[in-house]
Amino acid sequence: MLEIQGVNYFAGERHILKDLNLSVKENSVHSILGVNGTGKTTLGFVLMGLSGYRPTSGRILFCGSDITDLSITDRARMGLTLAWQHSTSFEGITIRDYLLVASRNAKTHGDGGVDAADALRALGLEPDEYLNRNYDSTLSGGERKRIELAAIMVMRPRLAILDEPDSGIDAISIEKIADVIRHINQNGSTILLITHSWKIAGIADISSSLCNGTILLSGEPYRVTQFFVRQCQQCTHKNEPKPEEIIDAEG
Amino acid sequence: MRKVDYSGEFEAIVETLEKVGGDRSVFEDGDASFLVVSGNRVLARNVTAGLAVEVEENEDGVSVDLTVQDDVVLPRPVHLCFGIVHKTGIQRIRSRYIIGDNSKISFIAHCSFPNAEDIVHAMDAEIVIGEHSRVRYNEVHFHGPEGGISVLPEGRISVGTNSSYFSEFKLVDGAVGIFDMNYTVDVGDYGVTELVTKLYGKKNDRIKIKESIHLNGIHSRGIAKTRIVNKESSTSEVLGEVIGNGSYSRGHVDCTEIIEGNDAAASAVPLVKVTNPLAKVTHEAAIGSVDKNQVETLMARGLDENEAIDTIVKGILK
Repeated sequence: MLEIQGVNYFAGERHILKDLNLSVKENSVHSILGVNGTGKTTLGFVLMGLSGYRPTSGRILFCGSDITDLSITDRARMGLTLAWQHSTSFEGITIRDYLLVASRNAKTHGDGGVDAADALRALGLEPDEYLNRNYDSTLSGGERKRIELAAIMVMRPRLAILDEPDSGIDAISIEKIADVIRHINQNGSTILLITHSWKIAGIADISSSLCNGTILLSGEPYRVTQFFVRQCQQCTHKNEPKPEEIIDAEG
Repeated sequence: MRKVDYSGEFEAIVETLEKVGGDRSVFEDGDASFLVVSGNRVLARNVTAGLAVEVEENEDGVSVDLTVQDDVVLPRPVHLCFGIVHKTGIQRIRSRYIIGDNSKISFIAHCSFPNAEDIVHAMDAEIVIGEHSRVRYNEVHFHGPEGGISVLPEGRISVGTNSSYFSEFKLVDGAVGIFDMNYTVDVGDYGVTELVTKLYGKKNDRIKIKESIHLNGIHSRGIAKTRIVNKESSTSEVLGEVIGNGSYSRGHVDCTEIIEGNDAAASAVPLVKVTNPLAKVTHEAAIGSVDKNQVETLMARGLDENEAIDTIVKGILK
């Protein structure tokens, strides 16, 4: 479904994504695991086509089409979307309107969707309390994060990039978040799950370890999370892996 | 005291009122209080129990004296409709509202100038609120597309002990024209006020706002909140002033001005001052283009850039 081929991205002089290659299979949950500063969020922004995040080289293919030069809107209308790690807020826009804006405008993967109230309920937010409330700064970061996920549930995209959906969420609610991610996936959306938590990455069908803008290792989640816990989290060369560590991972 | 003139002028004003969400059935309801003024002529009025209204037609407008006795709670809002349906004219509204103690009243004011080419609409209002009373004043303007209008509202409001005054002024439909607002609110002990002003400037509109809240009483509170969007060549200047004079008074100035395009301009001067060491006032002002993160978030949900900006602007001015 998603093919990232030799993507390089520079932020000024800094080389953030380095000849990055990745293949995401349709209907899978694919986690990208990496410590802070490895380029995870940048990868999400590049895939969504945000302004200032155009790759210097390489191609991004989505459902067989080259989307490298497409606008954010065009990508969304093809069925690709992003749930931000730090979601923004909107003055005067109700949560109901925010949740519905996606389902009205983006291409979904078909029937079987979830309505706004059910989506909120699935994330532990009581619809009567939230639907008519403004999606503004009076909501906590954790509430906004759940509403972002609710928007994805309602939108039913072909591919959802979820950037750190677990950060800022209490431990009990993380289970609920994991359930919702599975639910979104079971409802037909492919998930690219960006995280630095090996626990949430464990719900994936396939995991990739990202370090210094390069995929070090892809494969069965247990193997990748073990590598992440033993190597990446302990690594003294964070974001600057030694060549032998890369070889070790690939081996 | 009921008087209704169902002339063409009345119809024209009511039609405009409906465009901004007004309800014409109010004027057929004997239990509703209303006053409809076109230019300097009273077209319709009805006054219900608990309210006293004196209206005098002047050469260039009307004078309105409205009194709410003590211990009167009006269950339904008082509807005020002012306007000029012709292309030119002057309308000066001189109003004095006296609200007694332990009373509660809300106003819904609609001002319609659908065909304005050379119109002056000036308002000079004085509102005196007694003790333990609640007053809410919502005003919505509807202007035509030409912008040939000067809107000059001036108000002096006095909020008594443990009373509140909430106002919202909205001019987002049609061209603003020249807008020069000057409001001052004095707040007594434990009093509360909130002034909200929302305008959408277009073409060559010129917007000038001065809102001043004097928190004179102990534990008095107030906020001056302004939301303006300027596009094309429109400009805005906002002076939001909050002065904390009373002990434990708390105030805030909150101004957001957004400009769309290269020719629009906006400025904000928040003026916060305390004369009492136990008072505290704060301010925040954000001026610039529409927030990029907001636009991109909505684009990632399938809206194009213009649709996203339009959605954000509508939300801010809602």
